[in-house]
Amino acid sequence: MLLSVLAAIVGTAIVLLMDWFPVDAARRVGQIDTLYDVLLIFSVPIFVLVMSVAIYSVIKFRARPGDLGDGAPIHGNTRLEIFWVTIPFLIVSGLAVYGWIVLDDIEAKQPDQMVVKVTGQQFTWSFEYPKERVKSSQLVLPKDKPVEFRLNTKDVIHSFWVPEFRLKSDVVPGMTTKVRLTPNRVGRWNVVCAELCGLGHATMRQVVQVMEPAAFRSWVKRHGAGGQQAAGGSNGPTADGKRAFAANGCGSCHTFKPAGSTATVGPDLDQLKSVAAKRRPGKSARAYVRESITDPRAFTVKGFPKNVMPTTFKKDIAPEQLDALVQYLLAGGKSK
Amino acid sequence: MTLAARFRAPGWYRAALSLPIGFALGMGIVVGVRALYGYDPVLDWDAIVTVAMIAMPLAFLIGIGCFDYWFYWASGGPTRPEDHSGHGARSWRDYFRVNTDHKVIGIQYIVTTFFFFIAGGLMAMLMRAELAQPGSQFVDANTFNGLFSVHASLMIFLFIIPVFAGIANYVIPLMIGAPDMAFPRLNALSFWMLPMAGILMLASFFAEGGAFATGWTAYAPLSTETPMGQTFFNVAVQFAGASSIATALNFLVTIITMRAPGMTFWRMPLLVWANFTTSLLVVIATPFIAGSQFFVLFDRALGTHFFSTGTGGDVIMYQHVFWFYSHPAVYIMMLPGFGIISEVVSTNARKPIFGYRMMAFSLVAIVILGFTVWAHHMFVSGMFSWLRVPMMITTMLIAVPTGIKIFSWLATLWRGVVHLRTPMLFALGFITMFTLGGISGIMLAVIPVDIHVSDTYFVVAHIHYVLFGGSVFTIFAGIYHWFPKMTGRMYSEGLGKLHFWLSFVFFNLTFGPMHFVGIDGMPRRVSDYADQFATLNAFISVSSFIFGLSFLIFLYNMIASWRHGPRAEGNPWRAHSIEWQVSSPPPVFNFTEVPTVVGGPYEYGVPGAVHAVFKEKAAAGASAQPAPAGGGGAPPPAE
Repeated sequence: MLLSVLAAIVGTAIVLLMDWFPVDAARRVGQIDTLYDVLLIFSVPIFVLVMSVAIYSVIKFRARPGDLGDGAPIHGNTRLEIFWVTIPFLIVSGLAVYGWIVLDDIEAKQPDQMVVKVTGQQFTWSFEYPKERVKSSQLVLPKDKPVEFRLNTKDVIHSFWVPEFRLKSDVVPGMTTKVRLTPNRVGRWNVVCAELCGLGHATMRQVVQVMEPAAFRSWVKRHGAGGQQAAGGSNGPTADGKRAFAANGCGSCHTFKPAGSTATVGPDLDQLKSVAAKRRPGKSARAYVRESITDPRAFTVKGFPKNVMPTTFKKDIAPEQLDALVQYLLAGGKSK
Repeated sequence: MTLAARFRAPGWYRAALSLPIGFALGMGIVVGVRALYGYDPVLDWDAIVTVAMIAMPLAFLIGIGCFDYWFYWASGGPTRPEDHSGHGARSWRDYFRVNTDHKVIGIQYIVTTFFFFIAGGLMAMLMRAELAQPGSQFVDANTFNGLFSVHASLMIFLFIIPVFAGIANYVIPLMIGAPDMAFPRLNALSFWMLPMAGILMLASFFAEGGAFATGWTAYAPLSTETPMGQTFFNVAVQFAGASSIATALNFLVTIITMRAPGMTFWRMPLLVWANFTTSLLVVIATPFIAGSQFFVLFDRALGTHFFSTGTGGDVIMYQHVFWFYSHPAVYIMMLPGFGIISEVVSTNARKPIFGYRMMAFSLVAIVILGFTVWAHHMFVSGMFSWLRVPMMITTMLIAVPTGIKIFSWLATLWRGVVHLRTPMLFALGFITMFTLGGISGIMLAVIPVDIHVSDTYFVVAHIHYVLFGGSVFTIFAGIYHWFPKMTGRMYSEGLGKLHFWLSFVFFNLTFGPMHFVGIDGMPRRVSDYADQFATLNAFISVSSFIFGLSFLIFLYNMIASWRHGPRAEGNPWRAHSIEWQVSSPPPVFNFTEVPTVVGGPYEYGVPGAVHAVFKEKAAAGASAQPAPAGGGGAPPPAE
């Protein structure tokens, strides 16, 4: 008896002291972590109780060798049964109400929200700041500013998750889902896709960078007002190609050293330069690469699974960007 | 028998012949229709394979002889008295035929399902090999996604659900004093549909583009766009589901109409209650998964638009229909185990089940509540948000009837005479591990916590605590408990205990740490992960290999004991229920005299109490008058 009370106290203390969660990087995350701790406080004693009764009974009432007797013919005890219906009922009801309150709190709409549109596609994320007029393949957020993410997908279901923010929402074809939060810690955290979305699902990880508001403002200035095109003018087609490669998430499936990607879901693009002209009889290297991007079902390189490459690029990549991308790939990342 | 006669008679020869015929018919339909419509090309192999997937198993079932009597009867042949040539096993060959004996079918089920258990287990080992380090080592992403999808599908549809049907098939008719199941031919068909499903799932690895790789949940629209392997899953689920539904109907009718005289509902052993309630769940819920997979199949093969959003389809709808089956399926995979644990605990503690009626009522409560919680799988799915809180409350309320069961088993141990035989060890292991799985289930039900941990390794840990520490432990308990009855031999107690301790310890070392990596941010269903999770994953992989090896002890124990174990008496555990009152293994028609039930099933310690008596026929006729066959003193339970 004393032993199990002790075990319950020690056990509860241990699980409460354990560092379960990743860093807490958004407002109200603490409420979720506290809710989890409260769940632990109820859980451990119940588990210890079950274990104690089981172990005690096995030791105390174990049959001696050759014992052919029966146990006490106890068929039940109404009071005891009412007790163990009522107590769990009260516990779970209380926890449900508590959970509901926390839920309402974390989802409450904040004044002065910044809107970020998030688009998922196989197998990358892209981001748009409508008010700031920024489009980017990186997610950058100012500290202490409430954000509302509006989530869309170009193909299948993805799930937008930042463990440090404790928030997650599926990204569903045909609808816009929303997540609200306020980052409150400067740093770099992972954006993880949590819903199986196909071959490259495991590689669909990006980074969210939370910075001081001043740093964020200058980031917006650098990338703002049409972002990519504006910055592109001075850098020429190679930079355009590189940006198109990054913005469309090519690197999450393909190896291409100039862009720093090493994924192996699709063919290695470092070799593209040498094989592109020979792959499709009657098609030039340029035409073949173009076809592979805009109509990937037309031909699949031997040894790679069919129907994996998304078919959305035809409408997502503007013609001039496509030209730049094809040239970038065929030039092996070098400018001519 | 001449060769020609062999090909005419039901059996493997005719089945082998009917497979190519089935394929040719399927191909003929596709080619014929395409030619008629003027489609080019006429030979569309995806369509041919899809139709063949349905035609070939049906042809096999006809060839092996599942439909012979029905065809004969439907074509107007005169009814003929059963000659019993297809009933009971006289040699090992009879286990490879269409057999109508529930005991043969039970063994067929158990052996077949354990084959798929091994297949699914090997896939788990491959996955853990890949996950031992970050990066890609053994298998590519496509194979990995196929492995976890087929692993889960086999474990759920080809192991846990049907192995319970197998154990119940063997035990329930004996337990209620019936000579067989209500519909023996349907029972045989139910069994033979099962390997069809399993072979389709395994065959998907040879499909172009690899095995189905969208998880066992097969969410649309990913599942409507992936290669051919997905169709194997769509069709396999239909065969497994049809098998499941037919068996459940059979159990319902058997339990309602074929109980021995005097066995009222309140005198049924809890395993009978458990299978009664499970069968209700199966009959009501399984058509929903069949529907969901037909939707996907139609979208893939016929170009319907159930899940294509551009044309009015709705992908959230898939999840609602899918989980309306798949949450009750969790209880389909758990309630029979509850029944087994009640039998094992009461027998080995030599005490009546504490609070028998509450135990039965809690089963019914779980059935009802089980249909009101499905959307807790969808808290982050983007469905309309008001449904979340009610589903959180109902989900947490299920802890109440489940708690009743846990506490009642514990109270049954109290002041008992506890025999720590292997089945009892597994029962105790189940009670403790299932409590942990239940606790993490409560955490998952609380929406703010679920938002963070859904689709992470925390969920992987939870489901394995519920389905392995829960269901599979009860399956082991049941197999050990009834092994003497089924085989007429005793298993090795030493090896059984070794099996228990190794699997208990390494089960926890494998799945326990998954809670931590999940909360810490590792998503599930990934072949590669961030470096920060490397240490724990390496530890999990090593534990899982030892955990996997521990199963070999079980396998050796079962095979060696079946062949050479010491002979078992009729009632080695001195249990009260009826199946133990006949020889081991029981005679072909179970009972030479119909038993009469005179008391509860667990009257241990009550002086002179018995559950059932075998009387001389004349005497039985006189005394059993007030309690006729199927005798219900009590009304059927509220539904």
